[in-house]
Formats: sequence, structure tokens, C-alpha cells
Amino acid sequence: MNKVKHLIEPDDLTNSEIESLISKGMDIYDNPKNYSDVCKGKIMASLFFEPSTRTKFSFDSAMIRLGGNVIGFSDASTSSTSKGESLADTIKVMSFYSDIIVMRHPKEGAPKLASMVSEVPIINGGDGGHQHPTQTLTDLITIKRFKGNITNHTIGFCGDLKHGRTVHSLIKTLSRFEGNNFILVSPKELRLPEGLKYQLTKQYGTKFTEVETLDEVMDKLDVLYMTRIQKERFFNEEDYLRLKNSYILTNDKISNAKANMIIMHPLPRVNEISYEIDDDPRSVYFEQSRMGVFVRMALITTLLEEAK
Amino acid sequence: MLEVKGIKEGIVIDHIKAGNGLKLFNLLMLEYINCPIVLVMNVDSKNLEKKDIIKIEDKFDLDLDKLGLIDSNITVNIIKNNKVIDKKNVTIPKKVKGTFKCSNPRCITNSDDYISPSFKLIDSKGTPEYLCEYCEEITKYDGYLLNK
Repeated sequence: MNKVKHLIEPDDLTNSEIESLISKGMDIYDNPKNYSDVCKGKIMASLFFEPSTRTKFSFDSAMIRLGGNVIGFSDASTSSTSKGESLADTIKVMSFYSDIIVMRHPKEGAPKLASMVSEVPIINGGDGGHQHPTQTLTDLITIKRFKGNITNHTIGFCGDLKHGRTVHSLIKTLSRFEGNNFILVSPKELRLPEGLKYQLTKQYGTKFTEVETLDEVMDKLDVLYMTRIQKERFFNEEDYLRLKNSYILTNDKISNAKANMIIMHPLPRVNEISYEIDDDPRSVYFEQSRMGVFVRMALITTLLEEAK
Repeated sequence: MLEVKGIKEGIVIDHIKAGNGLKLFNLLMLEYINCPIVLVMNVDSKNLEKKDIIKIEDKFDLDLDKLGLIDSNITVNIIKNNKVIDKKNVTIPKKVKGTFKCSNPRCITNSDDYISPSFKLIDSKGTPEYLCEYCEEITKYDGYLLNK
């Protein structure tokens, strides 16, 4: 089997590879025509074992904009896994039918298993509450675009930090870049998982503060990263109902925030960002969603190039 | 006082913390071994006050990592012609595969038979703590999770 490069978690990319993907993504954003047929004749398998709107269509759109083709499914019930086929068998076979695979799976670690059996590059499009490395690339290209760099920021993560895979991947990655500080805002029950805290402190020497209210830290933030309290990750609906409205961002709440702070959100939002915030120039979450296509185009072309 | 005679050829697992002998017996599935085996419990010990001992009168491959998970203080003596010809110390294993379950119910290793759970040791003080190599959650090994 060929040794191919996969993107399963942020540590699969070096800092310089991340910076190069961001630069390439920016170049694609500025000059999309230059890339319109670089994946001509290539097939991307888009295997979504769990529902997704943004990630799936962002990837599909990216491949089509690169001139490639997309096959796959967006509902596990339409795949052979519903007949009891193992994930390993599905991936092994799909790697014969495609040049690159992007997958989302509700089980944590599933993409790592896929990478052990696949003959083509695997891209993790989100595994349970674990990791979401391509959302991280999306977030980083957005921070670069709106703040000029991805270093020396105070970043506030707010919401469900326990199950928020986008937060897990982003904090892991930003920790590797100089001068970033983190303020973690969540109810006690939804704090960052212990395994991740262990990695952050031992591996990267990351320093972070944990608080329970946004008001006490709002004026310190350069980036506010809001997340949804994720109903689908709770085992107990009572806990979800108790915590779901913990943080709702309104104009009043951001009145003392820095003028150049940016508000990000991986989307979908439910009610944690009030619609009135959408018109605030600091709100960049829809642009963030747009930038995701370009950085995913950069990722697909890079992995396919390396797999040659 | 109870006396158990030595063995001519085989293995003596010594310095087992009193109470762990039966766990090791079960872990090594010694009930399925067709040779003389002795499990002695609660005998006096200079270092441990009380200890358990297991003697197996046969050639037997031991998984020292598994022993280390239960009790990292034990020693393994290899006996030939009534003499100890080798002495092995056991340590808490730095890597473990397929020995216990990941405590995270969402981990792929709990729902897919294709792979075995695998962990790396992150804290050996007190109850050993392991980081899952798939989902990166921490599992505290409590001695009762063995399943494979």
C-alpha cells in the first residue's frame, strides 16, 4: 500500500504546512480561475455517516470548483454500513473508487481507523466531539484575513467546550503559534475534556483561564469563538435543556468589547448569537463559512499532489 | 504455617500485593492451563507484610505488560532444575493494546471489532491513567475493565 498523507487531526500538519495552506487558500480566493481545472479527472468520495450541511457542501463545492468530481452519501442509512458492513471495509473499497476521501463519522477516532486501511488520502470532516481539523483551517484563514496574522491574540472560546470538536482542533493548533492566550468560557459541566487539557499543558505548555461568564472577560478578547450547546452530544435531555441558553450574544453583551475584536462561529448557530449581531462589523461568521471553501480547495490540491 | 514446596521447572510470580493474586490468576486465565498451579494468598512478607504468590510448574509465556497493569511491584522468577535462572521485574506498561476498554462510549474502539483499543500511559501515580490513541480521552485503569 502507498504511504499517503492524511489529515486526521491538526498535528498531522506542521506549522509551515498550515501557513502554506492558508496562503494557497488566499491565492485561490483572489484568483479562482487559476485553479478551475487542477483536479480535472479526479474523484473525491464524500462519505458523511452523520448529517452535515456546511462541511459536506463546502468540500463538494471545493472539488467541483477545482474541476473534479464528487461521489458519496450524506446519510449512513443509504450506505452498506446499514447492512452491517464494517467501517474498515467501506473505506477500503471506496479508496479503490476515488482519489481522495473526506469523511464525517459520529464515532471518535473513526477517521484514524479509516486512514489505516485506505489507499488514498483521508480527510477528517469531523469525528464525534473529538476533532475537526478542516474547520480549523477555515478558522485560521479567517483569523488571518481579518486580523492579519494567527499569532499574539487573546482568544475566547465560549459554549460547549466539552463536545465542541471545532474548539478542540482550533485550540490545539493555535497553541502551536506564538503568543496566543486562551480564555475558556463554559459551564463547569461543559469544560474542555481532561485528555485535551493534558495534551495542551504537557505537549505545548499552553496556558488558559477557565471562567463561567462572558461579561467578565469580554473586553480582553481579540477573537470571540462562539459555539453551540450540542443537543446531539448529550445523553440526558434534562442536562441539555438546563444548559442550552447559558450564553446568548446580544448587542448589549458586546458593548464593551474591543472595536477590532472579531466574532466567529463554526455554524450552525441555534440561539447563542442573536440575529441583531449579524450587522455588527465584528461579526465574521458568514465570511468564515465562505473562506472554508478556499482553504479546503487548497487542502485537496495539496494532498492529491503529495499522493502522486 | 502453610508450606508450599518449590517447583522443579516453571515460573514463580512473587511479591504480589495481597489480594491481587486472584486477579492475576484470572487475568492470565490460569484455570485453563493443564499443569500444576499453586496460588498462595496472604503469606507473610518482609516488604509487603502480606503477599500472594503464584507458582506454575510448566514453560509458560507471560505477558509482563499485563502483569504490570495489575501490580507493578511483582517479580517473576524463571526456575530450571530447582534453581532460579532468571528474575524479571515488572513495570506499568507505557503502551497497552487490547487489554481494557476505552471509557469513552463514543470511541470507535467500543463499536468496531476491526480494531483493538490502544493506549499510552500518561500518569503512573496511583491508579494508572491512559490516553486513548483513537479518541484521545483518558481512561483510568481500575483493574476491572479487562475484556479481550
